[in-house]
Amino acid sequence: MATLLLATRKGVFVVARAAAGQWAVVEHHFQGDAVTRVVADGRDGAWYVALRHGHYGVKLQKSLDRGARWTEIPAPAFPKKPDQGPWANDETPWTVDQVWALAPGAAHEPGVLWAGCMPAAVFRSADSGASWQLCERFWLDERRKAWMGGGNDHPGMHSVCVDPHDSRQVTVAISCGGVWRTRDAGASWALIGNGFDAPYLPPEVARDPNTQDVHCISICAAQPDVIWAQHHFGVYRSVDGGINFTRRSAPMPGDFGFVIVADPINALRAWVVPAVSDANRYAIDGAMCVCRTDDGGKSWQQLRSGLPQRHAYHLVYRHGLALAPTTRSERVLAMASTTGGVWISEDAGDHWQTLDAALPPVAAVGWAA
Amino acid sequence: MPVVTFAPQLQRHVPCPPQQVSAGTLDAVLRAAFLAAPMLERYVLDEQGAVRKHVAVFVNNEMIAKRDDLSQPLADGDAVWVIQALSGG
Repeated sequence: MATLLLATRKGVFVVARAAAGQWAVVEHHFQGDAVTRVVADGRDGAWYVALRHGHYGVKLQKSLDRGARWTEIPAPAFPKKPDQGPWANDETPWTVDQVWALAPGAAHEPGVLWAGCMPAAVFRSADSGASWQLCERFWLDERRKAWMGGGNDHPGMHSVCVDPHDSRQVTVAISCGGVWRTRDAGASWALIGNGFDAPYLPPEVARDPNTQDVHCISICAAQPDVIWAQHHFGVYRSVDGGINFTRRSAPMPGDFGFVIVADPINALRAWVVPAVSDANRYAIDGAMCVCRTDDGGKSWQQLRSGLPQRHAYHLVYRHGLALAPTTRSERVLAMASTTGGVWISEDAGDHWQTLDAALPPVAAVGWAA
Repeated sequence: MPVVTFAPQLQRHVPCPPQQVSAGTLDAVLRAAFLAAPMLERYVLDEQGAVRKHVAVFVNNEMIAKRDDLSQPLADGDAVWVIQALSGG
């Protein structure tokens, strides 16, 4: 059974399964430090941790022995901001404030890693994180001047999806900067993501793909033309690799949430964790609920068994729900909240068990084989 | 020679005992002190070369006024303190 990794405000917690239904915290790394992502690379077993030190900036740490030893590796960094030319007065700082997305490349390209950052930029490493290259044409695209920061000071790239069939094709999403895609391993980028609607914007720009607040995207590994999106308003699905998105039915009233997880094999299945609204970011009626669709988003099933149903004002962030790696029909899910609640389901969300711990706010969950 | 002293909290992440380095501008003094550990520079300066927003640099008893201006000359005997500005939760 896979090992659960939790990126929290106060370090990385490792959660292991001792027996059926029995999960427990077994290790705590980077105690006290804010962690924004933790990712295990299925190709070589390396663990990567993105830290966001309040004083000392963004750092990356790597372990080749499942956390026994850690080595600091370079973090993505911007080049020197020009003091002349069109970018001299860029209002967006040329300093990486957060690594929000970390994604290994495809199986046949060991060493390739992608990082999505705040401010919104994408970096590629070809040497397992020993160095990072900014995708310059993305960063220097004038269209980013129209982006907004959502709930943050600056726009950020939270989702990086590598096409498992064509690793040169990578789809990314930005809050608030829409969905973009490269087909040449980051050399050039196209704005895609048509079909979203942002009713909070002036009507004439509400459907502009460039300014959409797409909270999270998730790609179906077996059918990578299918990409799911949890938008600021509503759940969407694309069947053409993210070029066009179609709004699906609302999982719950309000149609708000952050995370969405695509099933790796069944292109009709996905999970979301609804919240009340953008103005009230907590579980509806104080009752935790995961919603799952098995028909492409036409209908949703509310999954509550084992989840707290009274006075549970949790919020699950963009990376707070994740499926364990599997090649079988088994679907193990972990979910964690900004108030430190952690739940695990070994049956695709039908039933949940609560991890016996009161953890710091959880930014992201990850799984190691 | 100026002496650069790093906050104990920073030494938790990177080993950086006090450094005695040649006199020069504050920028040159800091960069000489950063040679103590390969990752140290990025803990104190951002990638644009400015002192990080939540780091404070003192020369003797005075905090430097501008994060992105490290041009002031330092003399033998000057003391540089790199500390964390109080923030966070």
